[in-house]
Amino acid sequence: MSHADLSSLPITAFEDVAALSARRSVRWRSGLAAVQGAAHHTEVFTASGDAAGAGVALALALDDLRHLPRGDGSEADDRRNVLWVQARDAARLSGRPYRAGLPQSLQSRLVHVLAEKAEDALFALEEGLRCRDFAFVIGEMAGNAKALDFTASRRLTLTSERHGIPLFLVRIDAAHDLSSARMRWEVASAPSSAPEWNAQAPGDPAWKAELFRARSHAPGTWTLSGGETSLTASKAREDTDRAVAGWTAGLQHRRSPRAR
Amino acid sequence: MSANTPDAVSSRRILSIWLPAMAMDRWRNAGDEDRRSLDSRPLVLIADTAHGPRIEAANRAGMVAGARRGMMLADARTLCPDIVTAPSDPAGDLAFLEKLAIWARRWGPWSAMDAPDGLLVDVTAVPHLFGGEEKLVADVEAAFARRELGLRCAIAPTAGAAWALSHFGPQGAILEGQGDFEARLADLPVAALRLDDDVLTVLRRLGLKRLGDLTGIESGGSGRDAIQRRFRNRKSPAANPLIRLDQILGRVPEPLLPVVPQHMPLVQRRLMEPIRHRQLLDKVVEDLAQDMARELEGRGEGARRLELGLWRVDGEVVVRRLEMASATREAAHICRLFAARLDDVDAGFGIEMLRLRASWAEPLALEQGDIEAAAETHGTSLSACIDRLTVRLGTRAVSRPVAFASHIPERAQRWQPPLDPEPASQGELAFHKRPLKLLDKPERISVLYATPDGYPKRFRWRGGVHEVTRVEGPERIAPEWWRERSSTRLRDYYRIEDDRGRRYWIYRLGIVGDGRGGAPDWYLQGLCA
Repeated sequence: MSHADLSSLPITAFEDVAALSARRSVRWRSGLAAVQGAAHHTEVFTASGDAAGAGVALALALDDLRHLPRGDGSEADDRRNVLWVQARDAARLSGRPYRAGLPQSLQSRLVHVLAEKAEDALFALEEGLRCRDFAFVIGEMAGNAKALDFTASRRLTLTSERHGIPLFLVRIDAAHDLSSARMRWEVASAPSSAPEWNAQAPGDPAWKAELFRARSHAPGTWTLSGGETSLTASKAREDTDRAVAGWTAGLQHRRSPRAR
Repeated sequence: MSANTPDAVSSRRILSIWLPAMAMDRWRNAGDEDRRSLDSRPLVLIADTAHGPRIEAANRAGMVAGARRGMMLADARTLCPDIVTAPSDPAGDLAFLEKLAIWARRWGPWSAMDAPDGLLVDVTAVPHLFGGEEKLVADVEAAFARRELGLRCAIAPTAGAAWALSHFGPQGAILEGQGDFEARLADLPVAALRLDDDVLTVLRRLGLKRLGDLTGIESGGSGRDAIQRRFRNRKSPAANPLIRLDQILGRVPEPLLPVVPQHMPLVQRRLMEPIRHRQLLDKVVEDLAQDMARELEGRGEGARRLELGLWRVDGEVVVRRLEMASATREAAHICRLFAARLDDVDAGFGIEMLRLRASWAEPLALEQGDIEAAAETHGTSLSACIDRLTVRLGTRAVSRPVAFASHIPERAQRWQPPLDPEPASQGELAFHKRPLKLLDKPERISVLYATPDGYPKRFRWRGGVHEVTRVEGPERIAPEWWRERSSTRLRDYYRIEDDRGRRYWIYRLGIVGDGRGGAPDWYLQGLCA
């Protein structure tokens, strides 16, 4: 039995696999949580010097929260808190969250932890992921700390998936090291669209976001822009889309010789 | 009770519920439809006395016809011959009120009957669960309306004030603890003091009709002495207006009897040998915690506040208090929390007795086996999580941002412990956009090239050059003269975006020629999302 025999199988055999695979590997888009559930453990890489990382993390988290299907027994009004953990150097580089600038729904629900060391920040993140009273957890760490190795990241992923609390880890000025995060983004600020009433003013925030590694999505680049209540993702690069069009588990490639 | 300190008074919140027509409402709701069909006809509930039947309650039509509570039925019959009567049931009413009192604990952990037709509920630290005191009152009204019971209710810092407002104040009155506390009560009649009828008669003859008359006399100086002399023999609060007045204003505590009496769980160890070493102390505390856990488990409760008393041989008593964010009876958890508090205990010549008391316990179901195992399966609670975080990182590290009344951005936000109630604050104006993050300290930027409009076109910050493409501003924030020196300069804030889309919040400190220094400097304070 060589693998060349695969193409001689009836095409229906592929259809289920393809359908299954396609369902598993939809392209990322905003509001995907309605279909797939919230993404656990997302890493957002960003440069210091602007708040793009925190902004994208918040926007993604709120987008997931808005679109998650809600069961019958769930609380009518989500009053769960949000944990925001900052290592000291990350807070120094990019500032602390400011209540009046947070999205309206989060202003009174934020619990902030300022950790002196990376180890403490990881501890706080893990404790936060274990707590059922948090809607999501945001972490901000600067640089490639020694404590944040693959083992630590794997611990965070497992805890997050076990307790179902999403984790958004903002990595400031960090190299793309080994990590078990399910989705890894590289983001930077992008020029915002002009507001309706004052074209000279900065508008709703916009970011250029590159999903460079994801477990169940094809990589791609988007321009995200979001207000308080929505997140829109416009495709920034058509060519990258076309390049990864056949990404779906390679099935397209296998079927093409038969079609010819 | 420790309610006599001003702090305790202002932080206490008591909800008083008065059911003005409870007997009639109960009679009406107890039966079938034909009782309700009597709504439009005069109806009285009567009790048999030595002089014949007497009216205990009358419905609205009966009141209109002239029937009053305490009137003989024969007199009412002369006014309105076709009056309908039904027997009253005082014992049943009392039992009903007791049930209501237990039911009313849905609004607070603790409730008391206020016979014959009222309830008192302690709603301290509860209103946020209902979304504020107004919503709590609305919820009370809705719940009683569903049961078709007429009511008047009020929330105040003392039971006396709540009672007075519910009976004689506007419906749904909410009285804050500070400020115009006395002024808002001044217009109520003296009957609001819950006095006996003969005392009310005396006060009426003295010309004291409103509470303001009494308090006014007090502030006059010698007036209080005059009232004191007149009522010097009256020791019962219901017969002495001064005691009642002090109770309303929270100067003397007023013990109330809750419907469900509570005893504090208490365990202790009297040691054969006084202990002087930490290791042994930890062991004994662990034993006590386990005893306490068993005690609490038997009662189906968890401790919120624990007091550990250490009686030393030389007569000193060291007390360590511990307050948990939620009810718990995990011996290991209690031990771990106490361990941090026992570091600074000076054992002296030894500790001969330890007593652990749960001065505040709350019902806790029996399901939770082990906090670690439970945490593995369905997560820890917020309070347990915060306990763990603060124990390792320190109390200052875990905090929650709250708004503070100030215009200066960095001062408008304060950090407080995460589970403390949020202080009241004024809403932020929506057209002032604020940055997502604020630097700990505004960082100075050097302006390389400024536009004629006054804002920088190109500036250097942290070694990088930023080309400004879009600007909104200025938003001028003047210094707060009541807090700062007169030489503080004003700030002109600009929201800017640079050529790479990075959005910042910068300000200029001062303006040229304001006489408070040289050329104004520019600072970068916030990073927008």
